[in-house]
Amino acid sequence: MRDLDASPKVEAAQIGRIFREESGRSVATLIRIFGDIDIAEDAVQEAFAVALRKWPFDGLPPNPGGWITTTARNRAIERLRREVRGRELLSEVATLSPGNDDPGMPKEVGPVQDDRLRLIFTCCHPALSAEAQVALTLRLLCGMTTDEVARAFLVAEPPMAQRLVRAKRKIKAARIPYRVPEDHELSGRLRPVLAVVYLVYNAGLTGPGEPGLCSEAIRLARILSTLMPDEPEAAGLLALLLLTESRRALRTRPDGSLVVLGEQDRTRWDRVLIEEGQAIVRRCLRRNQPGPYQLQAAINAVHADAPTVEQTDWWQIVALYDQLLAVAPTPVVALNRAIAIGEVRGPAAALALVDDLDLDNYYPFHATRADLLRRLGRHTEAAAAYERAAAMAPTNAERDFLRLGGRASR
Amino acid sequence: MAQYLLSVHSVEGETAPAMSDEEMQQSWKRIQVLNEELRAAGAWVFGGALHEADTATVVRMSEGEVLTTDGPFAESKEHLGGFYIIETDDLDAALVWASKTTEAVGKPIEVRPFRASEA
Repeated sequence: MRDLDASPKVEAAQIGRIFREESGRSVATLIRIFGDIDIAEDAVQEAFAVALRKWPFDGLPPNPGGWITTTARNRAIERLRREVRGRELLSEVATLSPGNDDPGMPKEVGPVQDDRLRLIFTCCHPALSAEAQVALTLRLLCGMTTDEVARAFLVAEPPMAQRLVRAKRKIKAARIPYRVPEDHELSGRLRPVLAVVYLVYNAGLTGPGEPGLCSEAIRLARILSTLMPDEPEAAGLLALLLLTESRRALRTRPDGSLVVLGEQDRTRWDRVLIEEGQAIVRRCLRRNQPGPYQLQAAINAVHADAPTVEQTDWWQIVALYDQLLAVAPTPVVALNRAIAIGEVRGPAAALALVDDLDLDNYYPFHATRADLLRRLGRHTEAAAAYERAAAMAPTNAERDFLRLGGRASR
Repeated sequence: MAQYLLSVHSVEGETAPAMSDEEMQQSWKRIQVLNEELRAAGAWVFGGALHEADTATVVRMSEGEVLTTDGPFAESKEHLGGFYIIETDDLDAALVWASKTTEAVGKPIEVRPFRASEA
């Protein structure tokens, strides 16, 4: 019964949130049923419009996610019935599911897999560019609008829309499969998936006021580690994100300026996130199949344990960086290891390591050199390094922070 | 099923270190094995190696007449050295064959879907 005088039972904003939360699952299921991304996206969008009309009067359905999937599926079937090609597609869909009352549910071979897992492997297929992988994941799995995705990566909407159209066309034309890779190819295929999630998180962390990306990345990492319990790196990524997230709010002051790890109020780190992250790290340690994300999570777990910078177990951190450098021998890892060495052996030892690195175009390299030079009392060189870093820093907050450091050292 | 063109790309002048007769034999043998494998798996549609690009001839319409000229058509340093047309279920299966091809011929392989296979 509709009560037109009363205020809506469900606000539009809440409906928007529910759709953001649930649309990935619905889109993924519909892609499996209809074998077509556009049909799935349009149908879920239509279901959203129906919900905006109905829910404010009827209240939330008992299972909003199930309601969205069912409504979207029915809308898609109705629409396809109206088209000749659509009727052909529907008969194909029907033959896929003999004797199953749920249309288009192909028989599962092996353990039942969540459709979102299939979808993320399709979105992050190595045949797609990294930019397309990220854009597709945010659009299809996180239910972000094209405009939101564009803003998160400082791209105008038309080129982002085009990037998405092109990627979807390639998936269809080249028949990029919609399935979780088999065991023997899984580790290679998982790597770009984890990289996309990590990239999404970092875009939220340092990007232009899009913290929503951080929670989307954590949500994706949670899905991955839940659905692939045998993949320690998926768990490692989740732990790394949770531990980083535990201090995200402390990274910046209200005026937007940066607060380094050593100066953060550690009592305000989010203990719930830390405990969850550390518990995962402990499970990873017991499993003893270390990988880059697990090791970075372990390093963050050590930081999270320390009440102050001075009380940090830097030897432990150096040992973890040694391991990380062995599995991921990149100059950036070497730089971070050098910083940790600086805490146990002093700034001179660290500077010798840092100066050997070929990272001239990476601003944290100059920021690290600046800090080490300042601690060594070499103020003129420090000021030059701060200026160099500031000129390259991507955000105002980082630039201001470095300029401040530069002045202090003069 | 979908059909894909696997093209073997060679860069002009960028000749690999000269192969000994024995190495040539081995490379040839690897390709024969691959061809057999493709046929046995039912993925083979067609394939072959091409002569150098400077053996090409180009035919085009010019002012209503057919004009025949010395090739190649593309003024690029990269030329098609050979190709396979294969038929597989999806891109992943095609990529498995492409991986075997690049291992056998030692050159990059481009995998491109045929339009007809979309229908």
